[in-house]
Amino acid sequence: MLDFSILTDNIDSYIEGFKITIYASLISLLCSFILGTIIAVMRIAPLKPINWLGTAYVEFIRNIPVLVIVFFTYLAGNFGGMTAGTIGLTIYTAAFIAEAIRAGIMSVPKGQMEAARSSGLSYGQAMRLIILPQAIKIVIPPLGNQFINLVKNSSLLAVVAGGDLMYHGDLVNSKTFSPFDTYIFVGLFYLILTIPLSFGVGYLEKRLARSN
Amino acid sequence: MDFFASFVEVYTLDHFKFLLEGFWVTLKVAAISIVLSFIIGGIIGVLRYAKIPVVSHILAVIVETIRNLPLLLIIFFTYFALPEIGIEMEITTAAIAALTVFESAMLAEIIRSGLNSIEKGQIEAGRSSGLNYVQTLRYIVLPQALRRMVPPIVSQFISLLKDTSLAVVIALPDLLHNGQIIYAQKGSYVIPVFVLIAFMYFIVNYALSLIARRLELKQS
Repeated sequence: MLDFSILTDNIDSYIEGFKITIYASLISLLCSFILGTIIAVMRIAPLKPINWLGTAYVEFIRNIPVLVIVFFTYLAGNFGGMTAGTIGLTIYTAAFIAEAIRAGIMSVPKGQMEAARSSGLSYGQAMRLIILPQAIKIVIPPLGNQFINLVKNSSLLAVVAGGDLMYHGDLVNSKTFSPFDTYIFVGLFYLILTIPLSFGVGYLEKRLARSN
Repeated sequence: MDFFASFVEVYTLDHFKFLLEGFWVTLKVAAISIVLSFIIGGIIGVLRYAKIPVVSHILAVIVETIRNLPLLLIIFFTYFALPEIGIEMEITTAAIAALTVFESAMLAEIIRSGLNSIEKGQIEAGRSSGLNYVQTLRYIVLPQALRRMVPPIVSQFISLLKDTSLAVVIALPDLLHNGQIIYAQKGSYVIPVFVLIAFMYFIVNYALSLIARRLELKQS
């Protein structure tokens, strides 16, 4: 049976880590959404060298482990664990979000861009006012999935002493010497976040499938 | 100038060899894990697809729980917490076990959705030509579904290769771990080492992703 006194005695530590996990995931989601949108637009912009840069970013980052990126930002930059971790997660997640957004943009019929351009909008305006708002509908479910991945990947902050839930789990463990119960409670905290998110994404995916 | 000098110092034959040894461990652990996860995930995926009462539901809860936990936690748990209840494993076994648990849940979902993508008419046709349910699954549904599953399974293998790096937290002597040993010698080694290991991961994973893409194109 689980020893609940481990949870109640260390509840402050768990909650502190839980907060940092949410905070780091949210900041990272926001930043990687911005960076990802820029990269997605770069990949489809009507200028070859810019396309190439966007593609290079996505292909390179997607094919290396996120832990390598997190370690790199931590060791090569002059940041604390939490900042370095969040930057690392952002660099990684942006590549995946860029792909999701690009798929969304590609799903908007070409005629929309042509119509917008011929009514006098510039490429940037057409993208911002006509294409992106239509693309966002398709982008939301994969974005949700990326957020779930972010919450899970934020556990890597623990490796660079980022103060997240996993890190606090380690602290609790070094006090209680009872890793089994300690880490089960850590897992439950993660599930409180990820299970509702999974259900939400599943619901959105079904709704989108029906509307098509 | 010092910056470039550190590259020259790091990129020696001995260091290359040492990193390749680590990469070999990464590839080995990933390959064993993917084979095991394919078997376990395949069984779970088929059982969930077959909608056997109770069994399917229990499996659904297990799969969803594992999929929604961080892999790092599963690795920690396997190596540090399981000994508390008498299950002790050495590092490589623990890494393979943890990766297999996590990836089996991922593959079970890929396999289940692959099976679901086969039109119901196929089962009806199979059944009405006199095959029983298991035969229909084996000879009609699975072969068609497997072909569709190959690209996502290759993508999952790429994830697995990347995820193997998490086992450095339990000191698995993989590529990242051996890289850490090299840059621990000198602060200026950090960037050259990371550039090199990033490229090593990139080359293998990019090649795999090209294969996955080609397979996907072939199908459509």
